[in-house]
Order: sequence, then structure tokens, then C-alpha cells
Amino acid sequence: MKIAYYPGCTLKTKGKSLETSALACMTALGIEFEELVRWNCCGAVYSLADDDLIHVVAPVRDLVRVQQAGHDKVITLCSMCYNTLARANELMRTDEEKRKTINDFMDEEPDYTGGVEVLHFLDFLRDEVGWDRVKEKVTRPLAGLKVAPYYGCTLLRPKEIAIDRVDKPEVMHDFLQALGAEAVDFPGAIQCCGAYQVLGNPEAALKVSHDILSDATAHGAEALALTCPLCDYNMSKRQDKMLQQYEGAKEVPIYYFTQLMAIAMGIPIEECHFELNRESSVQLLKAKNLVAG
Amino acid sequence: MAREISLKTIDDRFRRKIGEISGQNFQQCFQCGTCSGSCPMTEHLDLMPRQVMALIQFGQADALDAAKTPFVCASCHTCMVRCPRGLDIAKIMESVRLVKLRRNVNEIEPSNLQPEDITEMPQLAMVSGFRKLTS
Repeated sequence: MKIAYYPGCTLKTKGKSLETSALACMTALGIEFEELVRWNCCGAVYSLADDDLIHVVAPVRDLVRVQQAGHDKVITLCSMCYNTLARANELMRTDEEKRKTINDFMDEEPDYTGGVEVLHFLDFLRDEVGWDRVKEKVTRPLAGLKVAPYYGCTLLRPKEIAIDRVDKPEVMHDFLQALGAEAVDFPGAIQCCGAYQVLGNPEAALKVSHDILSDATAHGAEALALTCPLCDYNMSKRQDKMLQQYEGAKEVPIYYFTQLMAIAMGIPIEECHFELNRESSVQLLKAKNLVAG
Repeated sequence: MAREISLKTIDDRFRRKIGEISGQNFQQCFQCGTCSGSCPMTEHLDLMPRQVMALIQFGQADALDAAKTPFVCASCHTCMVRCPRGLDIAKIMESVRLVKLRRNVNEIEPSNLQPEDITEMPQLAMVSGFRKLTS
């Protein structure tokens, strides 16, 4: 049965390497998916104000689209989209009064009661595909590649929508091991990269992102795998600033988890759009003989 | 700095507003400081999250209006998952931000952002930043 796929705004532009690599992997795994025909921006952040329901309308509308397309599950790749859709879904499932208000407000749409299940590609791989099937598809194990799994905030918090244990997640560790890489766990894996504070307090965001990368390398990681285009911006695109600003800062190649998966599955490198990564990302793969040098 | 706490300085309206917007019973906070110890942003804060909670409990609207902390919060929810009283401190921080933003005050001015800073920035950075930091 086909599964619905929700991309989100960034995955069509600055984060397209996350989308193209993931979709190529899904195809290789035999997962039939269908991009929602009329999706809209999820709003990026879930509204934290009890009296602000208008910002829940956008993600709920996306969930209505999933149902209209005849699906009961939707896969997301961007972890901020995952969080926003999953939290809006949770609200519609648990808060009768707010559910009624939102449904009344969206009177042009069919009523929505939380019937869709929102998944992130990582928990979909764990629970519905299974690591064994992933391993079967690995043709070029990422042997000798020491990668730190980085979760950030939105896959794990709050716990109602967490895809794994909030304090000690394992899903990305298992994912990397399934690809043949060496997963290097580190405490910073669940720390915040500064997120949207790159706009309000760019120096603070730079420092917390730098702390995460230093922590990862101090634990022996050569690279970092992540799931979110905002984390990628803060840690990859702004890394040059860290290298200039912080004494002892080291170059750390950053990958979307799906790019590593695509390489391990022998998918053509063009699908990874490595031109959007740091140069060191491809260099490291070449040094490990994982891509043609 | 010493602060006078009396019926004259406690702004009950502000307190009620925070309760309404956040949906949280902030009086449950017993000042253990777990939030302050968990916050990744502590070195950039002017008030620790624990202090924000105490100032809300005492209705110190002026001090919170001038505080930087709610606008440095990245809503990472680490404090929330660790709070022994089960308080959603991220929601409380959001309510303090909103009390200010809803007076039509912007924390950042989108028109002042420099092209060189935003050309490479992904959409979700701007959507989330504007959602959190502008009115």
C-alpha cells in the first residue's frame, strides 16, 4: 500500500539533498509513496500558546489532505515538520474542545479527529521496514566511518510525540550501525543547535552549535548525521564562522542521515546533492573509499 | 538586586495573562533550578529560567518585560522534559514573549536583516524566527 509523503518547504530548495536522497532510498527499499498533491507549509514551529489556535490550522489542513488522498499514515523527513504535524495531530486527538473549534473554523474541510498517523522516516524504517531489510539493501557498508548521530530537539520533545526515548534515544545509532558505520554516541546528541535563534541571537546559536560539534569530535566522531535543515544550517553552513571564531574548532563533515543511507545502498551520488554540503563531507567519503575519488 | 515584593508591585493581571496563554500553573514551581541547569543557552541569558519562574509567581511584569531570557529561549523543551513538577516551561517562556509581542513590538526587524545573512538561510529558519520573534 502506498504511503503519503509530506515534504515541507525547505526540502524543495535549500534542503533538497535531504529529499532527493531519501526518496531514492525509499524507492530502493520498495516503499511506495505518494507526495501529497496540495500540501502547505506546516508553520515550522508548533504554537505554544493555549489561546492561539490559528497556527494549528496549517498543519491540520495538511493532515486533512493525507486523509483526502486515502492514506492513514504520512512520512516526514524534516524533523521540524514532523514535530509540528505530530503535535497538531496530538491536539486534535486529545483536546475535544479545541478540536471542535478548529473543525468549525475550517468548515470548508471535512472534520478531522486525528485519524492520521504522523511518522518520521527514521521511526518508519525502524518499525515498519526493520533494520534487517535495511541491511539487506546495503551494498557498500560505511565501514570505518565514525558518525555521531545527532537528534536535536524536535524528534524527541515533548515526549508525547517522541520517536524514541527522550533521554537516551537509540534509533539513529541503530540506523547508522545498519548502514555499517560506527555510531559514536555523545551527550550533545539531544542538545539544541540554537534553532531559530540564528535570527535573534546568532552568536548564541553559533556557540551552542559549536559546543555540540566539539562534543561529538571529543567522543571520537569524524562526522555528524542529522535530520533537520535548520540544524544543518546552524552546524554546517555556519561552520566556517566557528572555525574562524573559536580556538581549537575542527572541521566536521555534516550529512543528512539519508545521504549516508543512499551512499551505503549504492545509489548514484547525484541523488545526494553533495554540492549543498561542506566540501569535507565528500572528501571524507572519498578518503574512506565510499565514493569514487 | 533587591526587589520590593508587595501588593503594590505584584501585577496580578500579568500573572493571570501568563496563566491563560501558557495554560500552566506556574505556582507549582518550587525553584529547584533543574531548568536552569538544563538550558543550553544559560551563558547567553540575563535571568535563569528559575528566576523567570519566580518573577512570574510574584507578578513582576516590569522585570520580565525588560528581560532578554524569553527571547533567547529556542523552545528546545529540554527544561520541560526534565521539570519534576511537570511544567511546560517552554510554553511559559512563549507566554512571556507573547505578552510583549502582542503589543505590536518586534524583537527582530525583518527589514533590517542583511542580504548576506539570509541568502543561504533555509525557509524554516525564517518562518520559525519570525513566528517566535516578531509581532
